Amino acid sequence: MLGLSKKDLTFLLIVAVLTLCAPFLLNPFPTDSAMAQFNAGYPDLMQRFVIFGIFAIGFNILFGLTGYLSFGHAAFLGVGSYSAVWMFKLLSMNVLPAILLSMIIAGLFSVLIGFVSLRRSGIYFSILTLAFAQMSFNLAYSVLTPITNGETGLQLTLDDPRVLGQSATPQGGIPVTSLFGIEMRATHELAVGGWTFQFNAGYYLCAIVMILAFYVALRIFRSPFGLMLRAVKSNQNRLNYTGLNPKPYTLAAFVISGVYAGLAGGLLASMDPLAGAERMQWTASGEVVLMTILGGAGTMIGPVLGAGFIKYFENIFSKINDTVLHQWFAFMPDGMEDFFVFLLHPFVGKGWHLTLGILFMLVVTFLPGGLVEGGQRIARLLRRERTDSNDRPDPEHHPRETPHVAE
Amino acid sequence: MGILEVKGVNKRFGGLQALGDVNLSVAENTVHAIIGPNGAGKSTLLNCLVGKLIPDTGSVMFDGQSVLGRTPYEINQMGISRVFQTPEIFGDLTVFENMVIPAFAKRDGAFRMHAFESVANEKDICIMAEQMLVDVNMQDKMHMHSASLSRGDKRRLEMAMCLLQEPRLLLLDEPTAGMARADTNNTIDLLKEIKQKRDITIAIIEHDMHVVFSLADRITVLAQGTPLVEDVPENIRGNPKVREAYLGEAA
Amino acid sequence: MDAILLQILNGLDKGSAYALIALGLTLIFGTLGVVNFAHGALFMMGAFCAVTVSRLLSLSFETVDPTKLDFLGNPAKVKTPYVEAWFGPEAGGAIIDWAVPLSILFAIPIMIAIGFAMERGLIKHFYKRPHADQILVTFGLAIVLQEIIKLFYGANPIPTPAPDAFKGSFDFGVLLGFDPNVIIYPYWRMVYFLFATVIIGGVFSFLQFTTFGMVVRAGMADRETVGLLGIDIDKRFTAMFGLAAAVAGLAGVMYTPINSPNYHMGMDFLVLSFVVVVVGGMGSLPGAVAAGFLLGILESFASMNWVKDIIPGIDQIIIYVVAIIILLTRPRGLMGRKGVMED
Repeated sequence: MLGLSKKDLTFLLIVAVLTLCAPFLLNPFPTDSAMAQFNAGYPDLMQRFVIFGIFAIGFNILFGLTGYLSFGHAAFLGVGSYSAVWMFKLLSMNVLPAILLSMIIAGLFSVLIGFVSLRRSGIYFSILTLAFAQMSFNLAYSVLTPITNGETGLQLTLDDPRVLGQSATPQGGIPVTSLFGIEMRATHELAVGGWTFQFNAGYYLCAIVMILAFYVALRIFRSPFGLMLRAVKSNQNRLNYTGLNPKPYTLAAFVISGVYAGLAGGLLASMDPLAGAERMQWTASGEVVLMTILGGAGTMIGPVLGAGFIKYFENIFSKINDTVLHQWFAFMPDGMEDFFVFLLHPFVGKGWHLTLGILFMLVVTFLPGGLVEGGQRIARLLRRERTDSNDRPDPEHHPRETPHVAE
Repeated sequence: MGILEVKGVNKRFGGLQALGDVNLSVAENTVHAIIGPNGAGKSTLLNCLVGKLIPDTGSVMFDGQSVLGRTPYEINQMGISRVFQTPEIFGDLTVFENMVIPAFAKRDGAFRMHAFESVANEKDICIMAEQMLVDVNMQDKMHMHSASLSRGDKRRLEMAMCLLQEPRLLLLDEPTAGMARADTNNTIDLLKEIKQKRDITIAIIEHDMHVVFSLADRITVLAQGTPLVEDVPENIRGNPKVREAYLGEAA
Repeated sequence: MDAILLQILNGLDKGSAYALIALGLTLIFGTLGVVNFAHGALFMMGAFCAVTVSRLLSLSFETVDPTKLDFLGNPAKVKTPYVEAWFGPEAGGAIIDWAVPLSILFAIPIMIAIGFAMERGLIKHFYKRPHADQILVTFGLAIVLQEIIKLFYGANPIPTPAPDAFKGSFDFGVLLGFDPNVIIYPYWRMVYFLFATVIIGGVFSFLQFTTFGMVVRAGMADRETVGLLGIDIDKRFTAMFGLAAAVAGLAGVMYTPINSPNYHMGMDFLVLSFVVVVVGGMGSLPGAVAAGFLLGILESFASMNWVKDIIPGIDQIIIYVVAIIILLTRPRGLMGRKGVMED
């Protein structure tokens, strides 16, 4: 069904169910409990999970399959955001045309950048993409201010034309983004016992888009095209001598991942209609690289996991301050409590980047397949304990096991 | 008129004349061996045939069309496949996936955006790939990672990948280099079998005289970038010029 | 004419920083074959060596001076740096004033130690891994290093002034017969340029005239062969990493009076330095230096008003534009060798 094998269909369904039930799943702790701060089931964060999931899924189509490491993908996200906000300013507050435009513009932009950057490979490709992204970032900050509104960022104002809508609401406010009348910020709260679950229209839009994006990526991974991309990564020379032209394949992968980034940017702007140049900075490009690697490059679910992981850390971990730490270790004697708080302090709160950096280094060094490989290793370990069978240990030929696609 | 016509090809690298006025004609449905001592320009010549190098002067015609200035994939699409000295395969992919790729290249050309079909649903391609694996006796290794194959199997896989495209001309670059005698004999048998089964022209560069004399219909001897003799194997064996080129003044 | 001269001068100090960082990057890349994304962090660490030294030197104790009253009428507390108490106010004051140049002495061993630790502890394990992995792990390391600095020194830039003797500017114009105040150039930037020249000259002569340097150059050209000769090339490469770290660190130390250091300065410089390396030619030391100065000067030309009037925004992107053009037309860069990172 849907052009997928049974296994993939089950996989897709699981992802879909998990995504749609996220408001429950991410809120495991009652609202009043001390653990409530670890709940991630609020609209803003959930939206980020899936939006950056889309971004990472797209990035993975390029990096995971072809091995071309782009350090400039945030530029497409930024371009997508700007296009979407302009659509809100000029046309209407409906998110659909905005998202479409952001995908189209990001796609065009990536054709241009991809065409030039893909003339080189390896580290030169990385640096070319980095240079293009930094250029876009610098221009957005300076000369392109009429389009990007420079440092302030592009925002909606009361005197925007909005041809198919109103410039201002009857109450004199700026109208909000919506999909055919459903406001993106609309949230339905459901209280069950001590728990409060929030169902947000914007989140569900993003979630459905992500499931679609995931489905498309799954089809690409299983397609002859996806196979060619993996062949590009494996041996371009052989590909050439097999009568296949690697260039259009890699360019297509680049553009697809650019469109995904534009889609993510458009969705970001649809949830919160503003766009700033910092979204295009190379650290933002680095972030999507981190997500993909951390989760597991080249695997289907890895990038989504990585995106969720990093965004969770960013929002939840960074909220753990000394007071919280003191609460945690309150059961200890005073001196020891202070010591532990002192010990953990650098890694939480504002220092979460430090934790992230260390984690990232550990993953690259010991677990090149990311969280997915980690999961597989644990699963294999458990299985081996149960059956005590001899898996094929073949260290000589496999210094590094390539993670199986989509597991 | 041969299927491959090389006329007056010259190639210099700086001060080194790698190829000097090479003329070569490979007749259709024959096995043509190119032999010569190290540094004779065999590999340079081969690279000129597949688009990796462009000769300074001269022409290379394949089936009446010039290959010069074309990229390797275009030349492959014209019907020339190449097997490398050290096997070039897709190490990250399984044996089966390795076989599927040339099948697509044969059916769909140099590029096709088939991003929404599934490989598993391309029945004709899968059958082609499986059949070829059966032909080269590798069906039991179908789902192995190709990087974990033995060297001999890698070579066999690479050859199978090339054959699957049903090329009109197969270029072999020292297909038995570094092989044990038994493997070499297997390769010879494999090539003989291929030759029997289908219409194919093979140009082979080889060091191993045993291989050359068991396979070749015609032999060109290259020395210092220039063809020395071209003849049938029986005559090459006793040719004093060839002995001299190989063994120096000792002969 | 005077404007051109001024821009050349203005480009020199930034160019020096680019050149020094690019030199270290190239050393590491050329010898170890590692793409080091943490090199900018080394530059930043150097700068914070200077911050640390100037803080250490101005460590003070408080005394109550009954002769002075604060604004509430209480006896004022006076801070006296320990150095002043030990060496007398004159000498002590001078030491504090010269904190930045003095930090060089402190920074050299520290940076070499950091370089060794990095190479032995981390980079060593990545020689045989793909370049993408090297980029990623050093990128992670860069994040860690800059977060550690942020933890200790906060996120704000820390002003670290040059010695009083080098404050103010030198009027070059007068020297060359122009009107006064047309071509003025801050003394410290001049010092920075001279310093960079000395370091670059030092590294080059070290590589040129010592046996050690000879082995390293041979190793850069053909690592395997040199390894076969029975020379323990790895040990020398570790030393090279220490040297590269020290060069980056010193570049950072001396840069502090030009730009107050903050924790992300390394990343800012790194991106540009990579571009510099690529323009100069991966693996070419003279290329790295030449491209560093060239791009520094080009950048300052692009920021001239009449240039900006013709092409708005060119000052922001000139370096990247040059890099893109170079990469597409001369893939090996200005002075790159064949076969470096071409696969």
